[in-house]
Amino acid sequence: MSAQTETTSKKVGWGLVNVLVLLYAFVPVVWIISLSLKGGDTLNDGKFLPANPTSDAYSKIFSNDDFLRALANSIGICLISTFIALVLGTMAAYAIARLDFPGKTAIVAMSLLISMFPQIALVTPLFKIETAVGLFDTWPGLILPYITFALPLGIYTLSAFFREIPWELEKAAKMDGATPYQAFRKVIAPLAMPGVFTTAILVFIACWNDFLFAISLTSTNRARTVPAAMSYFTGATTFEKPTAAIAAAAVIITIPIVIFVLFFQRRIVAGLTSGAVKG
Amino acid sequence: MSTLVAQPDEAVDIAKRRASEGKRAEQRLGMLLCAPAVVVMLSVTAYPILYAIYLSFFKADLRTPGNNEFIWLSNYVTVLSSPIWWSAFGITMFITVISTAFELIFGMMLAVVMHRTIVGRGLVRTSALVPYAIVTVVAAFSWRFAWTQGIGWLAGDSAPLTEKWPSVWIIILAEVWKTVPFMALLLMAGLALVPEDLLKAASMDGATAWQRFWKITVPLIKPSILVALLFRTLDAFRVFDNIYILTSGANNTSSVSIVAYNNLIRGLNLGIGSTMAVLIFITIAIIAFLFIKLFGAAAPGQGTGR
Repeated sequence: MSAQTETTSKKVGWGLVNVLVLLYAFVPVVWIISLSLKGGDTLNDGKFLPANPTSDAYSKIFSNDDFLRALANSIGICLISTFIALVLGTMAAYAIARLDFPGKTAIVAMSLLISMFPQIALVTPLFKIETAVGLFDTWPGLILPYITFALPLGIYTLSAFFREIPWELEKAAKMDGATPYQAFRKVIAPLAMPGVFTTAILVFIACWNDFLFAISLTSTNRARTVPAAMSYFTGATTFEKPTAAIAAAAVIITIPIVIFVLFFQRRIVAGLTSGAVKG
Repeated sequence: MSTLVAQPDEAVDIAKRRASEGKRAEQRLGMLLCAPAVVVMLSVTAYPILYAIYLSFFKADLRTPGNNEFIWLSNYVTVLSSPIWWSAFGITMFITVISTAFELIFGMMLAVVMHRTIVGRGLVRTSALVPYAIVTVVAAFSWRFAWTQGIGWLAGDSAPLTEKWPSVWIIILAEVWKTVPFMALLLMAGLALVPEDLLKAASMDGATAWQRFWKITVPLIKPSILVALLFRTLDAFRVFDNIYILTSGANNTSSVSIVAYNNLIRGLNLGIGSTMAVLIFITIAIIAFLFIKLFGAAAPGQGTGR
């Protein structure tokens, strides 16, 4: 009896703690959603929830060419960067996890250094170099730095996943006459797909999140991504503040990622912690 | 007779040669597979940083191209004797230290909750990922509007983002909110490695939960703590997005990244911008070096990492 009341009170205690975690995670998100639904007259009421929800801000933002262009830029640039980083990262991670070759430690150390690299230190020289070679304010001009900073993340996560794959299968394939390359293509790659998929999510989120390169290496809506475009939003008139428009844009680029992350929660946790467990 | 003896030797030789050929093929493949990644990483980081070092010795202003002049260390003197730089450096250090400390405390609490909760574990782990998944700029806007006079539910009649220290604390709040989940996940990976039996045994011997945490859990997950701290310290030092959106560096709330950005994009001063880039790079290198030397942070170069 007393043991049972003890577990019940424990459950209630943990339940309360969980509520705190939920509040922590969701309050700023609910607030920005609420702000995007507020109409012109209630925008300045300072209340947490909208009095008369309206979708005005959304219809405005979806008829705004700058935003639509930025959304296309964001999606295109991030997908291409993710794809290239994954191809290069998978090759390198396979080599690091499976093969013995000189310079391996140096490569691991170098990717670690790059993941700690202050991006701002690159912005100045990249600005100058990209202007000189005509990459400034273009998709490739952003894709290049994105790949570079995605690669260390990709190499770590992927090589941690690759170490989990049973060696014997590769050996068996080689015994059956497969070359190392065939063993990679036909045996390891299919087994590695879950890890590659998880890494793809992490890399995509990292690119999607970038702001510094996006505002430094673009100057028009030719390559400007949504986070950068949001900081340039202005109201329809000088007196109209773009608050609701910014909030709506914020919700649009947030909700898909959040749903995606919630859906693949387990994999993402595994991916983010894969290196740390052994570290 | 002697030829018979020689045969096994020959076979061993051939086997050895084959093995070393195989080894060489493996080495070749390994380098070949890594080459593209290495080339991209080096050409987008090593070359520009060398170029930045080179530019930092020049008077280079994009408004007067062709007037570049070699001026030795003058740029460094200019930056290092500038109160703007040192104010930004101080703010950056303050934000880095305070937010990393809060992140460690809250991250540890969240990690313990995610690890131990007996109800709704999936729900807690899932929702804890929300701040991680949100674009920093979006979260920064959410905080900015929340603290804007008239609009925000947190601001009321005050306007904290127009004053220095309230702004700094809101920047720290935004940083901490966004990165606690990442910290918690790294720590939770460590918690999973603490043997349950050990904790039970200590509990039987009369150790309280507090004692078990400090005497058993913390020492055992020290490597995870140090790696998480190292990553977050270096990451916090680069703080840019939150400040740009929350204050744009107004009222002396600039970080070194903001100051460098302003010199380059707004001031178009390549020489000074590069000098700041080099100084930030050196600072980061020193922090990383100190961490690894002083705390022996399991230098994650040993085949593992993040």
